[in-house]
Amino acid sequence: MPGGKERELRRRISSVQSTKKITRAMELIAATRVVKAMQRADAARPYSRQITSVIENLAAGGAETNHPLLRQADEVKKVGFIVMAGDRGLAGAYNTNPIRAAERQLQGHRTEGKDYALFCVGKKAAAYFAFRNYRVDYDYQGFTDNPSYEDARRIADDVAAAFINGEIDEVELIYTEFISMGTQRVSVRRFLPLEDTAVMAESGGGDAEAAASFEFEPSPDSVLEALLPRYIEARLFGALLDCAASEHANRQRAMKSATDNAEELITKLSRQMNAARQAAITTEIMEIVGGAEALDEGGDGAQAVDLEGMFAQIGAAPESATASDPTNEG
Amino acid sequence: MLNVQVVSPESVSYTGKASMVVARTVEGGDIAFQPGHIPFIGILQVWSVVIVKEDGSRDSFAVHRGFVQVSDTDITILSDVSEAKDEIDVVRAERALAEAAQALSADAGDADAAYDKARAEVRIRVAAGE
Repeated sequence: MPGGKERELRRRISSVQSTKKITRAMELIAATRVVKAMQRADAARPYSRQITSVIENLAAGGAETNHPLLRQADEVKKVGFIVMAGDRGLAGAYNTNPIRAAERQLQGHRTEGKDYALFCVGKKAAAYFAFRNYRVDYDYQGFTDNPSYEDARRIADDVAAAFINGEIDEVELIYTEFISMGTQRVSVRRFLPLEDTAVMAESGGGDAEAAASFEFEPSPDSVLEALLPRYIEARLFGALLDCAASEHANRQRAMKSATDNAEELITKLSRQMNAARQAAITTEIMEIVGGAEALDEGGDGAQAVDLEGMFAQIGAAPESATASDPTNEG
Repeated sequence: MLNVQVVSPESVSYTGKASMVVARTVEGGDIAFQPGHIPFIGILQVWSVVIVKEDGSRDSFAVHRGFVQVSDTDITILSDVSEAKDEIDVVRAERALAEAAQALSADAGDADAAYDKARAEVRIRVAAGE
């Protein structure tokens, strides 16, 4: 039946339209969140810069320590992976990229005969690895779009504890680095053991005026020892903030293209619907004309009466209209 | 004149100029910094940091787990948590103090409770304007 196709298309258009409304709203929300996340990442930068600067000064002051976080294992038997992805989907390739990178790293280490431990941040990472029968030792969820320092500390505590008690000998951090609104890159870095303090200071880009000879209280070594756990917390927190900004930026992009696609689909479906409607109208006219012609083959006088009777049968409305007619005429 | 910065992991919570900063380090008791102090790095106790401004007015912060770095005229306080007077919820701090005291009376060796107690105490101190 000709009207059916049109109705079907109309239904599809309205469903695409409501999808578009949703993706559009998500795009706008992500756009405001990405700005906030960027501001938070900026606000957190002075702290890690200052920590690096203190470490730099400590290195210059000749601080030495056998802090367990610096322990270089003679033989690496088990590697920890901190994988940072999001809790929610609909963010383009944001979740899959770091997860794939982590899986590649993990497989690489496996072929060398090393065991692994997974620290999954975000629901998607944990779900991916659990589904593929990896052992997820630690997972953290519920804060990826707006991480607090407490969250970073919780992760750092677990990672440091596992490293210090010798359960794992090395830790790699896989996260999405936020470079700009348009560019985010998956970064795979060695997280533990920490490099030598001198290397740390150099790579951290702290204030480069380590020449002054500092006085330390209680002692350079104990300051360094107290500082190292803070340092790894700050680094993890920085990574979490980068991830949050990347997630929102990716979601904004994904939702923008979804909105654009929806718009395109609506245009296409509207055209189809218009064509279907035209076809239906044409068919109807053809049917009426065809019907009239068929009747025409009968007698001329009888035809007029028959047509009137036909209309009267089709709808009740014309009938009631004719009923009121005589009063007008009278 | 000192340039003072109080930096927490989430943000820079205070920047300003001061004539003196008083803090308490883990072993050495109270230490005051004035312009021209020798470069210094120290671990801070859970205690208040008092910033004395030029006009003699004071700002104080409750600082938990922090470090102080002094170089030239720059003083940086790095801490996990630093709270100004008006950010402190005294009622909550008092409740925390009572809870911690109770935990300590049950087990005197409870390090967490001792830490909570110290934190609550410094919060109440700072809120009272000391």
